[in-house]
Amino acid sequence: MAAGAFALLASMGCFAAGSSASLLDLNQYRGRVVVVDFWASWCKPCRQSIPWLNDLRARYGSQGLTIIGVNVDAERADAERFQRDVPLGFDVIYDPQGRLAEQFHVQGMPSSFVYDREGKLAQVLLGFQEARRQQHESEIHELLNHKATP
Amino acid sequence: MKRIIFLAAILCQALSGCAHLGVKPWEREVLARESMQPDSHPLDTALDDHIYFSKEGTSGGRGFGGGGCGCN
Repeated sequence: MAAGAFALLASMGCFAAGSSASLLDLNQYRGRVVVVDFWASWCKPCRQSIPWLNDLRARYGSQGLTIIGVNVDAERADAERFQRDVPLGFDVIYDPQGRLAEQFHVQGMPSSFVYDREGKLAQVLLGFQEARRQQHESEIHELLNHKATP
Repeated sequence: MKRIIFLAAILCQALSGCAHLGVKPWEREVLARESMQPDSHPLDTALDDHIYFSKEGTSGGRGFGGGGCGCN
């Protein structure tokens, strides 16, 4: 009975997430450590997390770290204005409808999803706290030290 | 049997009615604006609050301390 009700709800589209296969394909980054960071111009902590991510990319990019920003601003102009204040040193995917955010089940802003070299989700960083910066950095460093098994 | 189906349909409607309540974390753009904060003028609120609990002290107000002098 419960399963039936659930199926009915699902068929009504309550739990359906939009397809966003074309927005981001993580397979092309296999063999690298990937950080997918969701940010927005109105998100205050993003002003701190983005310079940190820029810094990470500058230091660890050559060791195999890729950072992909996903902007969830409804208006592209807001995102561009933000980037004039806080320049981004990595590629950005624009997701104004939040399809990727829905697919990743983003719980808060900013959110970073860290994938290891084998493409497995290693950790999810929610929000940004200066105090935890070192810890996150060493965890990412550790992931970089693990070579992918062929 | 029909009754059960009818009740199940009502239940599903009721449940799905709550499925889209609220705003997703990435949709908080408007809510994040300064003007949308419940407390957009913190100093005003602090002063109002002080007057409120001082004046209402005798009848309870927001706490039970003070007799209305506004000195605590």
